[in-house]
Amino acid sequence: MAAAEKTPVRGTGSVALDSALTWVDARFPLISTWKAHLAEYYAPKNFNFWYYFGSLAMLVLALQIVTGIFLTMNYKPDANLAFASVEYIMREVPGGWIIRYMHSTGASAFFICVYLHMFRSLLYGSHRKPRELLWIFGVLIYLCLMGEAFFGYLLPWGQMSYWGAQVIINLFSAIPFVGPDISLWIRGDYVISDATLNRFFALHVIAIPLILLGLVVAHLLALHEVGSNNPDGIEIKKHKDAKGVPLDGIPFHPYYTVKDIFGVVVFLIVFAIVVFFAPEMGGYFLEANNFIPANPLQTPPHIAPVWYFTPYYSILRSVPPLFNSQFPGVVAMGVSVMILFALPWLDRGAVKSIRYRGTYFKAALTAFVVVFLVLGYLGTEPTTVWGQFGSWLGNVDRATVVARVCSVIYFLFFILMPWYTKVDKTKPEPERVTH
Amino acid sequence: MSDDKQINKSRRNLVIACSAAGGVAGVAAAVPFAASWLPSERAKAGGAPVVADISTLEPGQMMTVEWRSKPVWIVRRTKEMLDGLTKVDAKVSDPKSDVPMQPEYAKNEYRSIKPEVLVLVGVCTHLGCSPQEKSAEDKAEMGADWTGGFLCPCHGSKFDLAGRVFKGSPAPVNLEVPKYTYLSDTRILIGDDTKGA
Repeated sequence: MAAAEKTPVRGTGSVALDSALTWVDARFPLISTWKAHLAEYYAPKNFNFWYYFGSLAMLVLALQIVTGIFLTMNYKPDANLAFASVEYIMREVPGGWIIRYMHSTGASAFFICVYLHMFRSLLYGSHRKPRELLWIFGVLIYLCLMGEAFFGYLLPWGQMSYWGAQVIINLFSAIPFVGPDISLWIRGDYVISDATLNRFFALHVIAIPLILLGLVVAHLLALHEVGSNNPDGIEIKKHKDAKGVPLDGIPFHPYYTVKDIFGVVVFLIVFAIVVFFAPEMGGYFLEANNFIPANPLQTPPHIAPVWYFTPYYSILRSVPPLFNSQFPGVVAMGVSVMILFALPWLDRGAVKSIRYRGTYFKAALTAFVVVFLVLGYLGTEPTTVWGQFGSWLGNVDRATVVARVCSVIYFLFFILMPWYTKVDKTKPEPERVTH
Repeated sequence: MSDDKQINKSRRNLVIACSAAGGVAGVAAAVPFAASWLPSERAKAGGAPVVADISTLEPGQMMTVEWRSKPVWIVRRTKEMLDGLTKVDAKVSDPKSDVPMQPEYAKNEYRSIKPEVLVLVGVCTHLGCSPQEKSAEDKAEMGADWTGGFLCPCHGSKFDLAGRVFKGSPAPVNLEVPKYTYLSDTRILIGDDTKGA
């Protein structure tokens, strides 16, 4: 009871509410959690546009969980029933079409938010010391998200679900010696079948979401432990007032809750426009071939993963086979994602924010963004999209050559980072945040 | 408590031994879960060999049968088709089929038991898509020196009419020739090569 008397609840304006809160607080850290993470969590006062996407990603996560729960109420994870059950949801379940389109659009929205959120880190050095673990939790969330999207994409059991999964699972076949057995184990059959669909359903609706939620909690706890970075890339905790509150910090609630609610409103307007008017987004969010039921005997004329995987897919197919094995391509694709974990240690810049970095970093980041987008575009197209070079270059596809050059630049961005961030001519950082 | 720095060695060792034994039990408990992902008995039974009847297959024609849910192509090749194979020897990456993507009895110029009858698993060796037939007529799409074969729609791997992969394709090796045997002149057993099966 002593603890309850030490934690006076003020400003509720009601004696009954006040005593109810006191009762709860003696048994559960309600007020202290509220204060630690919202009312007395001090965030830098100079957050800008780029700081919307973390909270928006959480909003999309909540949206995916709610719409996903309702989809499972009508979806059948059975190879004979799955495709028809999705069509049933779309045509016959009241409100089913909007729930399904919210879920499918939400998948793409999730990746848009996460990519912009990660780009923000590159801009302002949010991955740098002391936020390495925060970054690593973020990359783990990103990996989970990729798994979640991949498992989920098989569930409608359309042609693209089936053949996309076929391509990805066969990546494991390329592992020397044990590869074919690993693929067989993942599929649970000689081909992708009902067994595969069932286990992917279990992973998509239970296993990965549980891990994802745990990682999001870890990400937030790590963030609130070290405090948010800001567009100047300087630590606001260096200058505190007598009470220990950072001079450049403002309470997350109400200041940033209000800012984020504004972001949510704008986001939901755009999201609703997509859900209502362009849920397929011209074949980028939902591919046309996925409206044809899965057929193991016929490959669609062109297979491409959904847009958020295409940069890595381009890297995969740009690597030529070595010693009769496509394993190098698979390794290159794996490394292209895993290298993100090393980012906090690759970056040796004297400053964190792009505002004070030199031309080398700015040029490298620009090149990285360009090649990421080009690789992403090429991954959605067949390799023959730009025709072939003449016989002087062995009649190779132009797109393949461009993808190879872009892949090399992608890796150079990371491999050369310790060098170019160190020798870069940086500008002095300010003592206090600017706007 | 703080001045009690003495560690009871035997108790500590017991804790370590129990933790190790518990860890081993925990790993062992994962075995049935991992094993549950292996093909079930029903899936294994579904992978049995199939019989194809080629009595109605005309020269130059291709048929597809399903084996383990994979397409198996059977092509009755014409004389021109077989002649076209020798012309592309220099352009394919493994003209003599040295990589064991076929049973021993199909390791020959035509990659088949009988020269004219080609049996192939129609699954690209790159990432498992099913290539499409492109006849010698498709020169506009495939180039002036195309003599017929297969094109994978996923990543553009090209194969000739013996399933040999062209140089520069993403696919690392030739298409697979499955185990097969002639039960009679017109009936082929696919998936097994022991006579009388």
